[in-house]
Amino acid sequence: MSGIVETVDLTREFTRREGLRRRRISAVDGLSIRIDAGEAVGYIGANGAGKSTTIKMLTGILVPTAGSVTTCGLRPVEERRQLARQVGVVFGQRSQLWWDLPVGESFRILAAIHTMSSTDERRRTDELIERLEMAEFLATPVRQLSLGQRMRAEVAAALLHSPRLVILDEPTIGLDVLSKQRLREFLVAERRAHGTTLLLTTHDMGDIERLCDRVLVIDRGHLVYDGDLAGLSKTVGAERVLVVDLVEPTADLTALVDVPGTRHLASEGHGMRQRLAFDADLTTAARVLAAVSELVEVRDLTVEEPDIEDVVRRIYAARR
Amino acid sequence: MRSTARIFWRLLEAGFRRQSAYRLAALGGLVANATFGLLKVAVLFATVRAAGGELHGYDVGLMSSYIWLSQGLLGSVNLFGRSDLALRIKDGDIAIDFLRPVDVQAATIVTEVGQSLFSLIPRGIPSVVLGAVVVGMDMPATAGPYLLGAVSLLLGITISSATVYLIAVAGFWVVEVRGLQILYMVVSGFLAGLFVPIRLFPRWLELLATLTPFPSMMMHPIDILSGRVDLGGATLLLAMQVAWLATLGVVGHALTRAGRRQLEVQGG
Amino acid sequence: MGEVLTMRTRLRPYRAVLASRVRAQRSYRASFALDLGSSLLIGIVELAEIWVLFHNVIELGGLEFTQILLVFGLADFAFSLADLSFGHCDNLPVYLRAGTLDVFYLRPQPLLLQLITSDISLRRLARAAVGLAAMVVGLTINEIDWGPRAIALVGLAIVSGYVMFAAMFVWAGGLQFFLVDGAEMTNAFVYGGRYAATQPASVWSRPLQAVFGFFFPMAFTGFLPVIALLGLDGPAWLPSWLGWCAPLAALWAWGMALLCWRWGVRHYRGGGG
Repeated sequence: MSGIVETVDLTREFTRREGLRRRRISAVDGLSIRIDAGEAVGYIGANGAGKSTTIKMLTGILVPTAGSVTTCGLRPVEERRQLARQVGVVFGQRSQLWWDLPVGESFRILAAIHTMSSTDERRRTDELIERLEMAEFLATPVRQLSLGQRMRAEVAAALLHSPRLVILDEPTIGLDVLSKQRLREFLVAERRAHGTTLLLTTHDMGDIERLCDRVLVIDRGHLVYDGDLAGLSKTVGAERVLVVDLVEPTADLTALVDVPGTRHLASEGHGMRQRLAFDADLTTAARVLAAVSELVEVRDLTVEEPDIEDVVRRIYAARR
Repeated sequence: MRSTARIFWRLLEAGFRRQSAYRLAALGGLVANATFGLLKVAVLFATVRAAGGELHGYDVGLMSSYIWLSQGLLGSVNLFGRSDLALRIKDGDIAIDFLRPVDVQAATIVTEVGQSLFSLIPRGIPSVVLGAVVVGMDMPATAGPYLLGAVSLLLGITISSATVYLIAVAGFWVVEVRGLQILYMVVSGFLAGLFVPIRLFPRWLELLATLTPFPSMMMHPIDILSGRVDLGGATLLLAMQVAWLATLGVVGHALTRAGRRQLEVQGG
Repeated sequence: MGEVLTMRTRLRPYRAVLASRVRAQRSYRASFALDLGSSLLIGIVELAEIWVLFHNVIELGGLEFTQILLVFGLADFAFSLADLSFGHCDNLPVYLRAGTLDVFYLRPQPLLLQLITSDISLRRLARAAVGLAAMVVGLTINEIDWGPRAIALVGLAIVSGYVMFAAMFVWAGGLQFFLVDGAEMTNAFVYGGRYAATQPASVWSRPLQAVFGFFFPMAFTGFLPVIALLGLDGPAWLPSWLGWCAPLAALWAWGMALLCWRWGVRHYRGGGG
């Protein structure tokens, strides 16, 4: 039984005209992956690394230059319409909904497009409206929705026909923390209830941590990592950064803070703000904060997650 | 004084450069001009011939000049009614423009004239050349019509820009200028003599047209360039153009100031 | 599932989208009225362009004004209806830039059908009214031997004309995949074609007859059916009996349009080199 997604040596080249010459650029080069039913996979990479191109080939929008791809057991380009019934896609930047129609009407049209029976439509719409808390803005035209509301509607639209595979392309981009959390919780619950396979491209490590059990990293068209998240951090030695705002200017905390796995990154404003990087495997933000608080008075703090670009760069460097 | 001149020259240049990016569009424009031109040739030549070879001073050769000159000027004269300025007023970005030390009206018009003048190279000249080669046309042999015609052309382009400016400026008071733009677009070509020379209109329609600035945008330059009018006639047409430009300029200036005050009152 | 998909169920989503577009346009009352007004004005100006010519001469290309009026009526009426339903298709670059086309790919419906049913321009009804009025007047004024033959000819002309102009919009849309900023090139033949369709084809030069007589068969939307109806003679290459061949011309036009669409889509997807 083939997987939900199966690619063998998938390649996609573009020719770009630069002045007088033409260059062939590989957006995706020799990608071979397999995703089985029920998995939740995070697909990360820098901008222009090939994520969107991969998704377009999975859904039949682009024809591969070489290699093969099978989605839900179907060939995306030749059997596009059949595949559309089994896949739901959420584009972060593009909308699947009808811009000047009320949200509820978009759902009705989509149900008609997928030839859902009225009982299925009623049941599914009610379920999604309730779980995504959309009742309050069902009658609002899509263009008047806030970003958080729109993303919820987009996710519902993608899931309306209960697809086997859901692809989300940067779904949490621009969302506030609360909205992100609620969306993540919904996706986790949905997976648990229906066994939907999830493929998520994102720049947000938080998304990966909370939603995915497996991570694919792509860099300049090549797959550079395929495994779980724990392994990713280990490979990369990723550091989180604790940023503390102090009440009084202080000299570098390096010498003073004696927590293993911590190092001082930078001081700003005469030592009023200090950045401390710590290895997440060796210690926790809480422990570092505690150590710092023993020495100086902390007014405010932030914890920064490792930058995706940084992670990818380290992986690439680690592979050399 | 010198710096003002330099600023306007820069704006003209900038308008010039913007247009050079659209090369494929220029080819598309040429194809469009050729197609419409040939269709007009078919119908208008038949009209002239059906009238016995001469119609209100037009023979086949002169009609051909009219057709290809009008197609050539099409890309330079604003017959759409749309402008970037209208969008800027709608978005409120106009407030920034008012802060600059350049007169908004003059800057807008000069920039657009620069763009239009540039269009003459990829669109205007090829269309005329195409017409001359494929169909043949009668053009004057002396320099006079060309010199006066160039002036008239510049005036005509500026007049169209100034008229569209008025539409844009109306945006200070009217929320949606789209209605004005569409109205402009529908009647401008017809009354500017794009499809049929204005001399062929019935008397009352010809009179109606001359009450609008449209003939000054296109018909007059073509009349002068093609040599349809003599020196006296050309002078008259030029005078009319200058009068229109002055009127449009004054009205535009007044409206701009009023609009600026309107903006300040509203808390811009 | 095991559901039998009736025609009604299949058409439901298309109807739903179109119905919503209609409602949306009618809801903006003032704006819609303005659009109707301007559309009407456009129709009147187009008629005026021809009428002005006949103010100077009595006959053009072997046709008098009353007869050209009928040509204009048939052609412009068919064009306005086609513009109403297909006019947005040559606006493909807008869809491409907005990424709407990618969204189309994700739905279990044919791409072209989605594009066609994605919008409708109700305001063109006003312009169609001008064409219809001209057509009715033309049919009344001219001496026509009304019988099944005449009715069939007029009916065929209108339907074929609609299909042909619709094909032009689809053809233009397909080419937009290849041309960047290429709207003007296709406009030359879509709107130039409309202009040509209201002319007596007998005044055309050979190249024009080739282009608008056969390749983009505009002459079949008005001129040829009219001379067949009125029993007039056509030019050498376009005899009057071709007026009955309008359906064939429509078929040819759609064949070409679908081919261009296919090519365009294949280019967009990057298939076939």
